[in-house]
Parts: sequence; C-alpha cells; structure tokens
Amino acid sequence: MTEALASYPETMTCCATLATRLLWIVPVAPMVAAGIIALLKQPYRKTAQMLAIGSMVLSLAISLFAFSYTVGGWMQGVTIRETVNFPWLHFGTTAVELGWILDPLAAVMLVMVSFVGLLIFIYSSGYMAHDENATRFFCFLALFAGAMLGLVISNSLLLLFMCWELMGLTSYLLIGFWYFKPSAAAAAKKAFLTTRVGDIFFLLGIVWLFAQTGTLLFYNNGAGSIEHSALALLLAQPAALGLSAATAIGLLLFAGAVGKSGQLPLHVWLPDAMEGPTPVSALIHAATMVAAGVYLIARVYPLMQAGALTGGTTTALTVVTWVGASTAVFAALIAVAQNDIKRILAYSTVSQLGYMMAGLGMGGVAIGIFHLITHAFFKALLFMGAGSVIHGCHEEQDVRKMGGLKADMPITFITYAAGMLALAGVIPFAGFWSKDGILEAAFTWKLSNVPFFMLVFGALLTAFYMTRQVSYVFFGYWRGHKTAHESPAVMTMPLVILALFAGILGFFGTPAWPWFRAFLEGHAAPFEPGILLEPELAILMGVSTLVVMVGIVAGWRIYGEKSPAASEPDALEKAMPGVWKFLSNRMYVDELYEVTFIRFYSWWGKVADVLDRRVWGGAVAAVMALTALLARINRSFDTTFVNGGFDKTCEELATSGGLLARVQSGRVQSYLRILAAAVVALAVILVWSSRP
Amino acid sequence: MTPLTAHLLVAALLFAIGLAGALTRRNAILVLIGIELMLNAANLNFIAFWRYSPHPEALTGMMFAIFSIAVAAAEAAVGLGLVIAIHRHLHSTDLDQMNRMKG
Amino acid sequence: MSVIFWLISAITIAGALFAVILKNTVHCALALTVAFAGLALLFLGLDAQFAGFTEIMVYIGAVAILVVFAILLTRGSETPKDSVYSRFPVAGLVAAAGVFAVLGWAVLQSAGALPHAMQMPSATAKEIGYALVGRYVLPLEILALLLTVATIGAVIVALHEKEGK
Repeated sequence: MTEALASYPETMTCCATLATRLLWIVPVAPMVAAGIIALLKQPYRKTAQMLAIGSMVLSLAISLFAFSYTVGGWMQGVTIRETVNFPWLHFGTTAVELGWILDPLAAVMLVMVSFVGLLIFIYSSGYMAHDENATRFFCFLALFAGAMLGLVISNSLLLLFMCWELMGLTSYLLIGFWYFKPSAAAAAKKAFLTTRVGDIFFLLGIVWLFAQTGTLLFYNNGAGSIEHSALALLLAQPAALGLSAATAIGLLLFAGAVGKSGQLPLHVWLPDAMEGPTPVSALIHAATMVAAGVYLIARVYPLMQAGALTGGTTTALTVVTWVGASTAVFAALIAVAQNDIKRILAYSTVSQLGYMMAGLGMGGVAIGIFHLITHAFFKALLFMGAGSVIHGCHEEQDVRKMGGLKADMPITFITYAAGMLALAGVIPFAGFWSKDGILEAAFTWKLSNVPFFMLVFGALLTAFYMTRQVSYVFFGYWRGHKTAHESPAVMTMPLVILALFAGILGFFGTPAWPWFRAFLEGHAAPFEPGILLEPELAILMGVSTLVVMVGIVAGWRIYGEKSPAASEPDALEKAMPGVWKFLSNRMYVDELYEVTFIRFYSWWGKVADVLDRRVWGGAVAAVMALTALLARINRSFDTTFVNGGFDKTCEELATSGGLLARVQSGRVQSYLRILAAAVVALAVILVWSSRP
Repeated sequence: MTPLTAHLLVAALLFAIGLAGALTRRNAILVLIGIELMLNAANLNFIAFWRYSPHPEALTGMMFAIFSIAVAAAEAAVGLGLVIAIHRHLHSTDLDQMNRMKG
Repeated sequence: MSVIFWLISAITIAGALFAVILKNTVHCALALTVAFAGLALLFLGLDAQFAGFTEIMVYIGAVAILVVFAILLTRGSETPKDSVYSRFPVAGLVAAAGVFAVLGWAVLQSAGALPHAMQMPSATAKEIGYALVGRYVLPLEILALLLTVATIGAVIVALHEKEGK
C-alpha cells in the first residue's frame, strides 16, 4: 500500500514503490547472515566476517537507493511517505497488522545506521583478530544490526517493540560477550534488567494505544494510530490526573525510551555496559541502540505533540525536555571525575542523549534527530579511537596510565581530536551546528529558560572533560610500561572516514542552509548565509563558542600544561575533595538503587523462597505424608485381612479336606451304612411330597 | 391285610435283615450273604407284585425275577472269587482290614 | 392269609436271621440255605412255579454251595479273635431298622392303592419259554454273555498265581 502525505506547501503524489518494496531486505539481510554465521564453527572467522560485512554492504546499498529516491522526491517538492502493511495475527474480526515505512526520517536513519554499522564491522574484524570467539561476535553483531534496521523502518508499534526487544537481547549477549568475566556478566544482566523496567511502561503504552485506537500502525492512509482521527480520539479520552489519554500514552512510551536511551533514573546500565568489546560500545552504546529511544520519540512525535496550542508545548514534551536537560547536566558532571577512557565516553553519551531528548522536546523532530545523526558519527569515531588507543596500549584502559600518544599513534590522534572537537562543539565541526540548534530551541522555549542554562553549563562541562581526557591520553609523557604502537590499517581507515564525516556533516544543518530540517519536515531549504549574521543567532553562536573555549582552556590549563603523574591525585580532587569524591562515585546513584530497590527485591525474593519452600512445599509434603500414610494403612490392611484371610481360608479348606477325607475310610460297610441312611431319607421325602 | 401287603412286609423284613447283616458282620462272605438276602427280598417283591398285577400274562415280574436270579448267581461267583483272591494276599477275610481304598 | 403262608414266612425269616447272627460261618451258610428254601416255597405259593424251581436250582444248588466252598477255602484265619461284628454295629442296626420302618410304613400307607387278588395266571414253562425267546430274547442273550464273562472272570480272579508270573 502506498500513500504519500504532503507537509505544508507541497502536493501529494504517489509513485514508484520499488524502493519501498525492496526495503524489507535491509533488516533481513543481516539477520540471515547472523543465522548462517550461527551455524558456522569457531575457526571459520573469515567466513563469518565476510558474511556480516557483505550483508551490511547490501543493506547500505538498498538504504542509499531508498535515500536517493526520497531525496529525489524532496527535490521535486513531494514528501514521500510510503508504507507496506500486512495483517499478521487475526483474532475474531480484528487483526494486528505489521508493516514498514519509507519516509525522510526513516531514510536518513537507515543510511546512518547501515553506514556507521558497516564501518564498525570492518573495524571489528581488526579489533577482534586475536579473540577466539570472533565468529560468535559477528553473529550477534549482525543480528543486532538487523534488529536496529528493522526498528528504523517499522511502521507498526508492535514491530518496533519486537525489534526493540531483539536489540535488548543482542545488547545483553554482546555486553556479556566475555562471559567468563564476572563483571561482564553482571553488567549484561544489569543492562537487561534496567531496560526491562522501561520496557514494562512501554508495553503498557502499546496496549493502551491499541485498546483506544484499535491499530498499532503508525500510518495507514489516515487510519493509523498517530494520524488525525486517532489523535482526536485520544485527546478526547481522559486518563488520570487531568491528563488526556494521548499524554498518558506518550509518557508511557517515553518511559521506554528513558530505559533504552539511558535517561536519568535508568541510566545506570550504560556505563557498566562498557564491559563489552569496544566495537560493541561504539555501535550499540553510542551510535545506534541508545539512539533508538530518541528515534521512538521522533516517530511518535505527532502523539507527543497532540493538543499543542500553536507555539506552545504539551505536557509530554515538557516532561521529555526536563528529563533530557537534567540528564545532560548530571552525566556531564560525573564524566569530569572518571578515569576509565571508555567510562568518560559512556557518560558523555548519556549526556548527549539528554541533549537529544531536550532538543526533541523543545525544538521538534529535525533538531533532535540532527544531533542524533551527528552524534552517531563522532561518538562512534571516539569509541573506535578509544579502542585503537586501548589496543595500542596493550589493553590498558586507565587514562592516567597513558600519555604522549600523539607521537606514537598519529592517525588515531588526529581522528580522535576531530571527534573531540566535534563533541565539544567547536565551529565548524558537526557537533557545533547540531548542538547550536538545540540551544537555539532552548533559548526560545516558552515555558522556562532554565533548560537553556542547564544545557549551556553542560556544554562547558563537555568541553572541559573532553579536553581533560585528550590531555591525559595524547599529551604529556608516556606513563605506561611497554611502548605503544599504532593500530593496523583495518582499524584506522574507518576512523579516518568517520572523521571526515564529523567534519562535513554539520554543513547539512546550519541555519544558513537548513537542508536537514527541510528534508525531514518537507519544505524548501533556502540557502541564506546572511542569516548567520542575524543578531539573535549570532549572539547565540558567540555564547556557545565562548563557553566551549572556556571549557577547553580550563581543561588545558589544569591538565594539558601541567601533565600530572599517574599516581598524583587529580588537580580538582585536591581542590574540592568532597565534590570530587561524590562525582567520582557517580553520585552514588548505583548505591542508592542497591539500598532501596535491590535490597527490597532480594528481601522479596527471600520471602517468596520461604513461602515456596515452607508453605507450598509444606503443603506438598503434607500431601505426600498423607498419601504415604494411606499407602501404609492399605498395605497393612492388605497383609492382615486380605492375605491373612486368604491364607486362613486355604488352611481351613485343607483342614476340612483332611477331616472330610476321613469319611473315605476304605471300609465298604460304612459306605453302605451311609447309602442306607440316604435311601431312607430319600424315600421319606418322596413319600411325603407325594401325599395328597 | 391283603396277601400282597403281607408278602411285601415279609420282603421288607427280609431286606432289612439282609441289610443289617451286610452292615454289621466282619467277614466279607457274610456281607455277601446279606447281599444275597437283599436280592431275594427284592425278587419276592417282584413276584408278589406280578401275581397281583392287572396283567399277569405279560410275565414281566416273573421274567424280572428270573433274570435277577441269574445275575445274582453271576455276581455271587465273581464276588466270592474276589474274596478268595484277597484272602490269598491278606490271609484274612476281615473287611475292616480291606481299607486300601481309603482317601 | 393262610397259616401255611405265615409258617413258611416264619421259617424264611428265621433262616435269614440266623444267617446273619451266627458266629460259625458255615452255620450261617446253612441257615441261608433254609432261607432260600423258604423263599422258594413262597414263590410256589404265589403261583410262580418256574421262579420257585429256578430259585431252588440256582440259589440253593449253586450259590449256597459256592458260599460254602468260599468259606471253606478261606478258613485259614477263621478263628475270630475279636467279635464277629464290625465296629459300630449299632449304626448298621439303626440303618437297617430305619429302612424297614420306611418300607413298612410305605407299604401300610399304600395298602388301599395296591391291587387285589386276581385269578390265577398261567405261567407255564412253555409260555415262559416263548417269552424268553420272543419278547425277552435280547436280555437273554446279554445274560448269557454276562454269565460267560462272570464265570471266566471269577475263575481268573481266583486262580492261583503261578510263581514268577
């Protein structure tokens, strides 16, 4: 089924659907590759790699084809939105439908996921070269890629949820890839359980939506669950606390995103997920899986935005904004005090996800998604660079034990620096433009400008901790033991490609030429360089650049110039030991959860155990004892009465037989006597009976 | 008392005596004597009934009695032969000692 | 009934009684003979001449002789150490008395239903002969067979076993 919807000034049309019809191959190819790899034995790592990389190449090709088709449509002034729906489960008269969709948002995400995924696959073949379980790794990785691509193109909330859960599973498998490490196994379990908490609310939202609107498809020729009629119905339906059903469902769906994207209460799993191999961290916990939550909110944005007065916002979006802004600051604060190279990047990811959520809440789909796209590129770059550093420092991960790698690992240094500048938001790198978009939206937000200040503070901290990290790792003197070496080309080539993108990607979303926003929202994109000089915009850009510079300079002054030794306590630690300790221990959030939820849960588990063993087990044991008692009674009854009676009867028979045998005396005279008596008796009877 | 009744009573008495002899004597031959008496009592019964029956020309009773006498003779021969044979083994005609067939 | 009848009955019964009471076996056999004779006379009194003479010839002439022979042949262990009566003779007497009682009572009870005296039938030897080979030829032949078998059997049974047979 095809259907094209126009955004505002364009007209509708529907045309060639080849791109949409082929779209199902994009997720299926990596899944099929995963299936085949699962059957391979361990030594066939090269085959596994080729299969995985080949399937990603195929997916990328089709994604590019779909993307070009969508862009072509945009250039002709048409917004493409084509769906293919099919019924899946029938029950009674209703049916649950699944389907996939091709529209600008999906096309952009497809290209990003398949491209970054392909680069990470290539990188992994180098990174996991010495690991004996590489085949299993590629199987899981391909399965994950298939799930993510499936999530991106899904037109049904149910299909999205299925891919969501599949990604959760593969994330668990990949975080716990080195399962023999207890910390890895624990981290995998933590990730799964924490995201599960979010998924419960997500599922509730799905069920509620289905109950209210009768469909889980997003777009279905006007009958979809986030199209006009359904939204009107949801807005009219009241839920609790004065909210409408639309808001309540939106909040429930957001709860799922909170779990998956590591927003404030449920962020605890993301830093621990760094136990997995670095390509996993790059792909899943930087570029794609954690972005799934943001993508979900973007997808159901009409629902989140339902009922908004022109220029205003809805309750759901307000909640999204506040959660996002808080997370951004919170995570950035913690990142300042971490020493593990990957942990810093992990908290940085959490912080940037908060930025994305805030951008969605305040600025709309295009703003949030643009930051998502740029973040994917440079965060993947940073993680892969960190992996290269770890590889080069012989599996060392503490930044205080590195240093001076600028000379030993030049390619890594240059690419990492590009990524760091992009993340910090230095003009003209990609991160600057995307973050600036969010700041601009925050500045013009009607409800309050506290988020704006929070996000600015967050930008300062981001620049600061990234500078700290780069200073520790690449500048100063070498604090390690063995000499470091550069990584092989198969690992550095993807770094270079990503660095290039980190540089140029920004130009697709500058205010001078807002192509990205135009593409997503379906209107023209005028090229107006003059807009940059508008006073509001220029001041904003100036403020953010200033803030970033302050952060970088502060970081350089404290860490870059002085180049502290490994064993020395951190400069900030010396200055504010209490604050440092608080931040370094991740604000004790894990400990808080441990004391409250975990403890309650294990207490509950003990109660259930006692209940099970004593009460239910006791009941079972009582029944058993009763049955055994009955069996014993039965047996004794059987032995005494039945057996005994039978034996007694036989004895009596034998005795009486013996007694009766004495009649057979062998003496004919006694026989005759008896005969005579019998005859007498017979005669008497005969005569008596024949008397008249 | 009609003649028939008298004869029947006599026959009954003879039968009882024969039975008493067969039941109470120890010697096997005397048991056989008792049996002969019983048979004869039965013969007397037959003849008496024949004599006073409505159709004596059918000779049924007489025939029966004659055949009974013949059979009794044969039976006496065989029985006494058996007693003699047993006497040869057990050297006694005491019936109480001939109880090999006891159960 | 005539006196002759009662007299002959008395003799028969006395003979039978002595036949079962006497201790000496030979005396018993002789008493038996007397009883047979009395019976024969009773048959004659009932106009059954052929039966009476057959009785004399067969019973007295053969069976009684046979009995005497048997007694004489088994005389070796004849001295009775214990009583001539078997164990529990009273039971036997009681049984016999019971039988007599029942028979007597039956006879007396049915006295009214019994047939009365008829005219004298003719049962000459000629008629008996005709009956034997006419109507009763089959029983006759069987009887002949029986007698042959019985005689041969008795001889075999009583035959002195040869040594080593």
